[in-house]
Amino acid sequence: MSFLPDSGGLSVEGARLTLGGTPILRDVSLSVARGEFVALLGPSGCGKTSLMRVIAGIQSADAGTVRIGGREVTRLHPAERDVAMVFQSYALYPHLTAAQNIAVPLTMRRLSAWQRMPLLGGLLPGSRAARAAIAQDVARIAEPLGLGPLLDRKPGQLSGGQRQRVALARAVVREPAAFLLDEPLSNLDAALRVTTRREIVEIHRRVGAATLYVTHDQSEALTMADRVAVMQAGEILQLATPEEIYRNPVDLRVARFIGSPRINLLDVTADPQGQLWLGGRALPLHAAQPGPLTLAIRPEDLRLDAQGYDARVEHAEFLGDHALVHLRLGTAELILRAPADLHARPGEVMRISFDPARVLLFGTDGRRVTAHQHEPARA
Amino acid sequence: MPEAAPRNGEAWGAWLLTLPAALSFALLLLLPTLAAIAMAFTEFELGLWPIWIGLENFVEMWTDRGFRRSFLNTIIYVGLVAPLSVGLGLALALLIEAGARGRIFFRAVFFLPVVSLTVAMASAWQYLLHPTIGPVNALLRMIGIAGPAWLSSSDTVLISLAAIGVWENAGFNMVLFMAGLTAIPRELREAAAVDGAQSAWERFRLVTWPLLGPTTLFVVTITMIRSIRVFDTVAVLTRGGPNKASEVLLYTMYTEGFTFLRLGYSAAITLVFLAIVLGLMWVQTRVLDRRVHYG
Repeated sequence: MSFLPDSGGLSVEGARLTLGGTPILRDVSLSVARGEFVALLGPSGCGKTSLMRVIAGIQSADAGTVRIGGREVTRLHPAERDVAMVFQSYALYPHLTAAQNIAVPLTMRRLSAWQRMPLLGGLLPGSRAARAAIAQDVARIAEPLGLGPLLDRKPGQLSGGQRQRVALARAVVREPAAFLLDEPLSNLDAALRVTTRREIVEIHRRVGAATLYVTHDQSEALTMADRVAVMQAGEILQLATPEEIYRNPVDLRVARFIGSPRINLLDVTADPQGQLWLGGRALPLHAAQPGPLTLAIRPEDLRLDAQGYDARVEHAEFLGDHALVHLRLGTAELILRAPADLHARPGEVMRISFDPARVLLFGTDGRRVTAHQHEPARA
Repeated sequence: MPEAAPRNGEAWGAWLLTLPAALSFALLLLLPTLAAIAMAFTEFELGLWPIWIGLENFVEMWTDRGFRRSFLNTIIYVGLVAPLSVGLGLALALLIEAGARGRIFFRAVFFLPVVSLTVAMASAWQYLLHPTIGPVNALLRMIGIAGPAWLSSSDTVLISLAAIGVWENAGFNMVLFMAGLTAIPRELREAAAVDGAQSAWERFRLVTWPLLGPTTLFVVTITMIRSIRVFDTVAVLTRGGPNKASEVLLYTMYTEGFTFLRLGYSAAITLVFLAIVLGLMWVQTRVLDRRVHYG
């Protein structure tokens, strides 16, 4: 899928925010095209929820502009931004039924203040027709979410999963230009989480809004999103497709954050010619700059090799279709993803090497350094 | 059964442990209440043996113009004080919550009447409302209005006492409303803003007011009970006068019992008072169970 930039989606440019002397957002820019699903992924406290609140207009940033649906909305009230949000706590109105909760965004927009008045409002011209249309829209949204029989219940009488659907329905009922979700699955149990993931993606496709989905769960981000924005300490480190984020991280922090089990890290040095050395042996790799570097390699890209390095088995985990072998190579701890029938015993020495094409190099500043392959120099 | 013995021992232990509380409850609350109820059906003057007269006290109350006046005055007083002090308390709580600065200062200022001694404050009010030297009438004179004799005219005395009552109760209600406001999740108001409630009034109507329901019910009941109990301002400032224009329930009870020493009749008035308070509490619990509970 390809998306045109700013084709009526949502974008943030140069957002900065400091709260109580602590920088929360440091010059954050991000854009989500119409119909695109972007996951904002980061550890808790990295500023991802604050960024979402700035986009919704609940929090005003110190600097930066927000555009939604092709309009600049930086100074507009949340109600005028054409944005809908699902809160982590769902934030359903406890005194209203599920149907009334879903109807709120419509009644606030389609009915005048007089028409919303209890008792008297029902007598005003046009209010009966408007209310009937709202009831129809609510039913149309609620039915595919399986909320039909629950519409007359109050949030207190609904399960966590049902509340979550009501919150989703309330957000999409008025077909907003931008759709924000703040960790919507974090209060659900594991089984429900996986099924709800698909439902959210389906709702997103149906609504066609620019969707920004905040999560700290990388499997959610990688499975659901068209693109993933990895955020840490108030900065977006990388915004790219899930595959690109996994295969080609531009920053050591991204490489470390994405992937389970985590990526393997080894200290290597590049001599003045750029030749890389690991533990006194030359690697078939060149780097553009000399000095100490960090070599990162995914567990599935490590392999058994009779000519490789000696590594001691610390322990092994059998996981059905594969096994994870924890190894020690010098001072580094490595994880190797092996076939399930490999029986490694602790204390045993294995010989390992890695696919040079899959190696990622990072400088001491954490930035990516290009690695060039060459024929192994015979020592 | 074999377990019965230790259970029984446990039950005895429990009774023994509650004995001090149970005893003091019986001696200090239950017995005096029962004695007052019994006295309400007697003619009892201090020093004489009580005579059982059945419902005669209540019949007298029904026909006594003084009591009817006092009952009506109490209703008017409650009818003024309860809605005004609840409304003012809510307004103050909302203003203080919305303000960025001076929260603690304003809270303390408006709570002051609650913690200060009413009798002492009453003399301050006496000065403020004095027809000739009082600042209230001085202010009115400045804009060309001749102020009334607030506390000594039968037309204005009840309104003046009600104003003092509002001043006394509003701060208390404000603190209760502030507690209620902090219990409303901030995310709900934010959700309301995103859902299209653009003005503060719309957010109040959609979220704050309905969620304050339980608090409001409690505040209304407690204010009604507190204002039915009005006594000290009346005793200090007007003594029920002029011409019984500010006679209220508890003041009548006090004069009947302690000035005229008609303890039986006074006990009967107390019973009426108790019935009203219990009735209010019953209404509160019933409504609370049915309407404003979100479970």
